[in-house]
Amino acid sequence: MAKTKLAKSPWMLHYDGSSCNGCDIEVLACTTPRYDIERFGIINTGDPFQADILLITGGVNFQSESVIKQIYTQMPDPKVVVAVGICACTGGVFKDCYNIKGGIDTVIPVDVYVPGCAARPQAIIDGVVKALEILQQKREAYAAHRRQGKA
Amino acid sequence: MAKQSIVPFGPQHPVLPEPVHLDLVLEDEVVVKAVPSIGFVHRGLEKLVETKDYKEYVYIAERVCGICSFGHGMGYCQCLEKIMDIDIPPRAKYLRTIWMEMSRIHSHLLWLGLLADAMGFESLFMQSWKLREEVLDLFDATTGGRVIFSVNCVGGVLKDMDDSMLKRIVDTVTDMEKELRPIAETFLRDYTVGTRLHGLGMLSAEHAKMMGAVGPMLRASGVSYDARKLGYAAYGDLDFEPVTAADGDSFARCEVRIREIFQSIGLIRQAAAKIPAGPIAVPVKGNPNGEHFMRIEQPRGEAIYYVKANGSKFIERFRLRTPTTSNIPPMLEMLKGCQLADVALLILTIDPCISCTER
Repeated sequence: MAKTKLAKSPWMLHYDGSSCNGCDIEVLACTTPRYDIERFGIINTGDPFQADILLITGGVNFQSESVIKQIYTQMPDPKVVVAVGICACTGGVFKDCYNIKGGIDTVIPVDVYVPGCAARPQAIIDGVVKALEILQQKREAYAAHRRQGKA
Repeated sequence: MAKQSIVPFGPQHPVLPEPVHLDLVLEDEVVVKAVPSIGFVHRGLEKLVETKDYKEYVYIAERVCGICSFGHGMGYCQCLEKIMDIDIPPRAKYLRTIWMEMSRIHSHLLWLGLLADAMGFESLFMQSWKLREEVLDLFDATTGGRVIFSVNCVGGVLKDMDDSMLKRIVDTVTDMEKELRPIAETFLRDYTVGTRLHGLGMLSAEHAKMMGAVGPMLRASGVSYDARKLGYAAYGDLDFEPVTAADGDSFARCEVRIREIFQSIGLIRQAAAKIPAGPIAVPVKGNPNGEHFMRIEQPRGEAIYYVKANGSKFIERFRLRTPTTSNIPPMLEMLKGCQLADVALLILTIDPCISCTER
């Protein structure tokens, strides 16, 4: 029962790695009436300790690197990471900048990549729904691992 | 004297969609001093100009910020047009004006939503953003993008609007005006909003000028200054007066932005009625040589663009001073003496755009 509950009410956390804001406002637009990501039971939270899905926009720069790592470690297991926008996937147009390290996967493991500049709300929702499936699989694997540990 | 303690604010904070860090020095609940540290979104876009073709860089300039993207592309293109002595067709100027004013409407509605969210007024946040989608639909129909448009080019614009599209824009913004009235009424008359915003973060006209505030921040303190009055693009042909409010508190800033949305709707109507027929761009040959400095009014305030070219296809220096950069010193001043619980709301009232600031 706990399994289905988590998959039906995941909490989402959004962090701006070093994006141009375009994807950030599209992520926020997803939570508003037109796209309404909350119909999947998702709540947009500001607290890493309560989040299951991490949406990161923009590439990683040398200052935001440690912040992203910190947020990722603060989130409880199991967790999924969605890289929103082409900058979060590869670095995008900012790839050649001196302060950009690259995509999010240079720092933390990424489960779902959402391309686009800026990523459209439809694409972001699609990415999040894919992330929910991965979250469910991780949850099951995590539960099996714990049962093994107890036995 | 009460004991002093330092509370870190950000970079990841529920109220702000963007990372900014402040060290708040507190005496009990009262902020004594705020020390900002920025750089979490710094990419180094000004440096990138040296390695990109000057025509290609328009796309980078637009990605300085996803909210003011049209204005940044326009400012950069206008600088190059001055350097290369290109006279762009009047239709392109009007199209730029229409898109710029649509950007202003979308930016201000976004801010109103975030403000409501920061106060915990969730339904007002949803209503503002629902209305904002109407403008984004227009952007989608005219440019193909919702937040990043890429319609500016050196020498004009890349896409035209036909008469039916102009009519659709005017009809949509007229409908929006009707839908905006009850939302504006809630912001300006609601008791809860009023108690939260009245008298919060006072900034006198003198102080605002001295600290270098720009845009709605400056106009909310009673200073009638708007860079659109310089008459770039088609603003010289349009009839408007800067929106001001006298009080200089957070409520006045909210009021100025709401009235600016109505003003922008009026400007779009005027521009759509006056737009001349003709080409939308002129061909550009050769490389720029020289330098130019210009100001435009972004939704958040006056932005300054400087381009220095050396005759090759790569630009030597591009400098951009964004409105939030100049609004940070008055914000730090406002934070002194406020309650810890008001800090997030006060930061929001300057309409911070960290991506612009750090580039």
